[in-house]
Amino acid sequence: MIGQKASILEQPLNDLERRLLNDFQHDFPLTPRPYRTMAEQLGSSEQVVMDTLQRLQSHGLISRVGPVFRPNRVGVSTLAAMAVPTQRLEAVAEWVSEFAEVNHNYQREHELNLWFVATAMDREQLNHLLREIESHTGLEVIDLPMMEDYYINLGFQLQWN
Amino acid sequence: MELKGPTALLNQDPIDLRLVCAIQSGLPLVPRPYAGIAAELGITESEVIARLKHLLERGDIRRFGVVVRHRELGYRANAMVVWDVPDERVSEIGRLIGRQACVTLCYRRPRRPGRWRYNLFCMIHGRSREGVLRNLEKMVEACDLAGIEHEVLFSLRRFKQRGARYDVGREPPRRRLDRLLQGVE
Repeated sequence: MIGQKASILEQPLNDLERRLLNDFQHDFPLTPRPYRTMAEQLGSSEQVVMDTLQRLQSHGLISRVGPVFRPNRVGVSTLAAMAVPTQRLEAVAEWVSEFAEVNHNYQREHELNLWFVATAMDREQLNHLLREIESHTGLEVIDLPMMEDYYINLGFQLQWN
Repeated sequence: MELKGPTALLNQDPIDLRLVCAIQSGLPLVPRPYAGIAAELGITESEVIARLKHLLERGDIRRFGVVVRHRELGYRANAMVVWDVPDERVSEIGRLIGRQACVTLCYRRPRRPGRWRYNLFCMIHGRSREGVLRNLEKMVEACDLAGIEHEVLFSLRRFKQRGARYDVGREPPRRRLDRLLQGVE
């Protein structure tokens, strides 16, 4: 069961919702009618699959149905860290989040308390962004681009209990 | 060693690049989503599918499917664990950590002398902080990592999370992409 407060749906997720969340994180059908292919595997209908995905998405449980790119194979990305004075954190974080290049932005427990991932077409655009953030905030941005990827697993195995 | 530039994909195949831009924010929830993208790009539906297969085979797309949001599904604890591994062992230990079931990412990143000492990063998601720490403890034991200095940076607040976008820029969002496309076509 989805955690007590975690479920923003009125009811616990049903079987179809769980399987849509768990079973199609990779090997999504590359067929002309992918939702119908999924429906066939699930014993459901194309329309129900599309509607359910739509609902899961509008409730924020799904970010999208689509690609996860391998870092630095399409464009370049970096992880950047900043030590932002507590009283400025929210304002700086929100300002940084507004950049389309920034796709993740988290406060973390550390002296370096703001961590964001930025992705751009090329290194020049990325450098430009980091410099702009430094000059606007007057704070140092530590640039930590990926050098090697060791991750092997695919998707994220959800556990319901 | 520093970051390598983008690979051949961007510079060699403008249609792949446009395809990437067209699908990056997700497939539309309509009966024939690939046909819609094909129409946008002026190619056929079967070419869209073939190109996606090829991008997957090449590993440019790591996976294609439902991208879940951990936190909304109850995985509220999210720890970035950073390790100070001797440089000559970082690949070996990175591969070991990257295989662990509780780990969802594992990257080598540069040290920044005086500012940042850790060269290996992994993510552990869990339903609770205690659960994440337990998994970490088990991993340290199973992989014999006790001698390697590390820190656990739990996330306190998420300001933004979504997939990467490539046709980007704060203002005129399409301008840079258009320029880039003109450059490669």
